[in-house]
Amino acid sequence: MSEQADLLIIGAGPAGLCAALAAAGDGMQVVLLDDNPLPGGQIWRDGAGAKVPAQARRLRDAVDNHASIQRHAATRVVARAGSHALLVEDAERGWVIAYRKLILCTGARELLLPFPGWTLPGVTGAGGLQALIKGGLPVAGERTVIAGSGSLLLASASTAKQAGAQVLRVAEQASTGAVAAFALQLPRWPHKLLQSFGLLDGGYRPGTRIVAALGQDRLEGVRLRRDGKLEELACERLACGFGLIPNVQLGQALGCALGNGAIKVDAWQATDVAGIYAAGECTGFGGSELALVEGRIAGHAAAGNREAARQLWATRARWQRFADALNKHFALDPALKHLAQPDTLLCRCEDVPYGAVATHGSWREAKLATRCGMGACQGRVCAAAAHHLFGWQPPAPRPPFSPARIDTLIRLEEALQSE
Amino acid sequence: MPDLHLDGRPLSVAPGTTVAAALALGGDGSTRTSVSGQRRAPLCGMGICQECRVTVDGLRRLACQTLCRDGMQVETRP
Repeated sequence: MSEQADLLIIGAGPAGLCAALAAAGDGMQVVLLDDNPLPGGQIWRDGAGAKVPAQARRLRDAVDNHASIQRHAATRVVARAGSHALLVEDAERGWVIAYRKLILCTGARELLLPFPGWTLPGVTGAGGLQALIKGGLPVAGERTVIAGSGSLLLASASTAKQAGAQVLRVAEQASTGAVAAFALQLPRWPHKLLQSFGLLDGGYRPGTRIVAALGQDRLEGVRLRRDGKLEELACERLACGFGLIPNVQLGQALGCALGNGAIKVDAWQATDVAGIYAAGECTGFGGSELALVEGRIAGHAAAGNREAARQLWATRARWQRFADALNKHFALDPALKHLAQPDTLLCRCEDVPYGAVATHGSWREAKLATRCGMGACQGRVCAAAAHHLFGWQPPAPRPPFSPARIDTLIRLEEALQSE
Repeated sequence: MPDLHLDGRPLSVAPGTTVAAALALGGDGSTRTSVSGQRRAPLCGMGICQECRVTVDGLRRLACQTLCRDGMQVETRP
């Protein structure tokens, strides 16, 4: 079976939902995919423990009620299936979707860096904890430490508290000065200001970084360092993330040029590959407001409605300035490159220690010698960490882009033969 | 209220609960055993890290991106 679309959109977060509505409004037949069971992306993730804002529900309902938009949930892209087609898979079947235009709204993931004890059950990403709580993870009464860097720490702390967790510390690695400089920028963005006041609380400690997660079979405590002093706290949960990195793998595989680690786009949100656009966090970290407007621009531009796209440029510029301020003030301390000990696992899929990888000169060399990055996540965690730690360029992804069933891969052969 | 089985034990969860959350509601929350024998639990929560892969009705699925359904059989071992 195969499916045809005027416009295929990968990712149903803020950017993807807006792109779909804009393009469908301009008369395109749209197919929208997401690998999560429910639309909304990370920021509007729905579930047993989630409260989705009204704006998100409105957008979601508008997409699902639009006759020209077909949405597929829990569906992943597995491979290219020709020049304008992708092989996809859901829980039951694999099939090919052919498209005229494509918009990538693949979002961002957290930068996760290795430190002693980070593989213990009880340790998650910062955004990871937030996502798990929204899916119904019980945290009521649990002593929780949140560490790493960026505004996501505060958002994660807020979600954990609302779910009844006892948040002992929010350890931000950026200095007090850097955090204060960022806070001074906030009055220029009134809505963001309110959001931040709602999030700040007594447990927030700038200039503090994680040293180790402690415990035998699961997390029992954490060791933090502030101004050269060590502090140990007993806890059941540690949520640790070091900011966001754009998901560029699919764009890279389709030949789109990258810049600053993100998919490069022009004023129309077009990549350098004809017919492929990109919007939202995969084009660089900017938050949901920027993603919404970028999605609308991409949708209109893909539909050929340049006038509607152009009218949104000023709004995009405003939210881009906010993103620039955020990225500048939360730069990562070089000391974070030395959290791992030689026996700390760097590759969690193949259980390869940091010490075995660090002796090599490139990602490829390390991979061939140690199997790092050759497990199920295909290096999405450890290659990103190695890029940060050693400056090694992450490899261009090869299909299948995620673990897939053989039944699905057989479809690829059929599709390529019929082309 | 979906009713499912986790490593053979029955559990009822609220609608919209992920398998990742159900494993914590009905057990220690761990999902798999690593190649060197460590128990692991969900890390990224968003379908990237593959730490939460479990067997659901005989197929390998990511617990964080799978919603609980009536009659599901979830296995986390070996």
